Amino acid sequence: MNARNTNEPAPDPSQEGNSASTGAMLLPSFGGVRGGFSRRTFLMTTGMAAVAVGGIAFVEGRAAQSSLKPKPISIGLVDTNVALGRWPFRRLPLDDTPGLVARLQKLGVTQCWAGSFAGLLHRDIAGVNARLVEECRKHGRGLLVPFGSVNPMLPDWEEDLGRCHAQYKMPGIRLHPNYHGYKLDAPVFVRLLHLARANGLVVQIAVSMEDERMHHALARVADVDLSLLPALIKDSDAPRLVLLNWYRAVKGDLLKSLADTGNAWFDVATVEGVGGIANVLTQIPASRVVFGSHAPFFYYESAWLKLAESALSQEQTRAICADNARRVWSHS
Amino acid sequence: MIWDVHTHLSGVPGDTPEDRLARLLEFADRMGIERLCVSMGMNWSHDPPPDDLRRQNDEVLRAVTRWPKRAFGFVYLNPNHIEVSLAELDRCLRDGPMVGVKLWVARHCNTPELDPMVRRATELKAVILQHTYIKTTGNLPGESTPMELAELARRHPDATFICGHTGANWEMGIRAIRDCKNVYADLCGSDPTAGYTEMAVRELGATRVLYGSDAGGRSFASQLAKVLGADIPESAKKLILGENLKRILMPMLKLKGIKL
Repeated sequence: MNARNTNEPAPDPSQEGNSASTGAMLLPSFGGVRGGFSRRTFLMTTGMAAVAVGGIAFVEGRAAQSSLKPKPISIGLVDTNVALGRWPFRRLPLDDTPGLVARLQKLGVTQCWAGSFAGLLHRDIAGVNARLVEECRKHGRGLLVPFGSVNPMLPDWEEDLGRCHAQYKMPGIRLHPNYHGYKLDAPVFVRLLHLARANGLVVQIAVSMEDERMHHALARVADVDLSLLPALIKDSDAPRLVLLNWYRAVKGDLLKSLADTGNAWFDVATVEGVGGIANVLTQIPASRVVFGSHAPFFYYESAWLKLAESALSQEQTRAICADNARRVWSHS
Repeated sequence: MIWDVHTHLSGVPGDTPEDRLARLLEFADRMGIERLCVSMGMNWSHDPPPDDLRRQNDEVLRAVTRWPKRAFGFVYLNPNHIEVSLAELDRCLRDGPMVGVKLWVARHCNTPELDPMVRRATELKAVILQHTYIKTTGNLPGESTPMELAELARRHPDATFICGHTGANWEMGIRAIRDCKNVYADLCGSDPTAGYTEMAVRELGATRVLYGSDAGGRSFASQLAKVLGADIPESAKKLILGENLKRILMPMLKLKGIKL
């Protein structure tokens, strides 16, 4: 667990004006004319040097000082929180799958767990999942792993879950309890967890999709209330749960009690505040945190840059970027 | 060059203003951010009485005085206390090191009570950063919207305004300020929803868009992503990340003899 940079020296006032503008060799260079976090700083603060030593491809790049294009290459990044298709309320710059995949590949993502925006509101979930699988097959370039939607409020939802497992060989499913209109104490949800476990499926719960304050006035959807979840997943027969976009809804004791079950993981997409990921690691172990971007709804660069903003150890970085997600999948 | 138009001394650890700014600068350094505009104190209130207003400004003065080459102070004013606010403007900006004005949620910004403060700030060549939000869940009682800021801006065409958060509900906020050439869009303080910056550049032009973070409550990184991840020309990114802010602060910086 990280002690949140407590050993780092405070900036020396006598050096002010220098630290952000030394213009050292840049790895992911965003600083432009004078700024940019240096490659050396980035390696030190994120532990990427050791990641490279550890054999995960990590191509160094000296970005031109005049360039503002992000230039991270590959660290074997597993993104657990991507959705395909169209967001119902606006066009997103990367809501075409080929464009999204090209961008993610360019930025070093090697695997994406992809759900469907259509899974929020469509009732023909079987059609949504069939299209998701086809989209991943057609445009995924080996990057996209489909996570089908299941809505337990629909008749015969068990068939959708069964197809995700048996027909499509998906490693997991994605749930939207708030958009589908059930609470986590509903018996049907408990049954869904049981079936998911029996079929070896990872269960992702999207706690929110959008800041509630920004919702369309005609489509307000409260964040999922997770307060009952620890009791449901504390036993060894619970499925593995990945909580997406949870940060605004889960604080303090609830966060810890969910982590303590040993069956819940948390993505970083909505984590906020300076050094936000490091702050989270003062509350739960790095083994519970996975990389998730919430792209293309969010700019992908947000999650990626947050790794750099927090001073993570090499072990923490490796765990969050790839190892934890792989472990979740392999144990499903 | 990255300049951040919108940071605070809250949401970051530290027992003193100096400690807190030191911590902010550590994170800023990691992200390549050269300068921070800082406003409001270590503890906030929606409608600060005069003593609290002065305390908060004193804290910012302490912090920016320690790092004059890394941080600019914005004086926090409360339109419910006009005379005190005008005195704070003189104390902290005319006679002190601060370079801009910050208005938060004490009173809707379209009310005429703001006019004397805007006139005085404009005489002093200060830009005015007004918080704005459009919450589907409902704004705070005195919380302004971009539509209200546009009203104020039309009354004061010679003033320079920064639309804090651009309403956060940015598709509405950008439209609201579109025809007010003296209003700049501040991208900070909302989730990094894709398309935000592209729309701002399309509708306002890149010269009217500013990078800000709202750190420490927000991540520098998530807010930088709005610019760095946007599908806009590199020249536009440079304007947004720092060149625009430098340009609009320059009259004040020259007046104060601040060399960059």
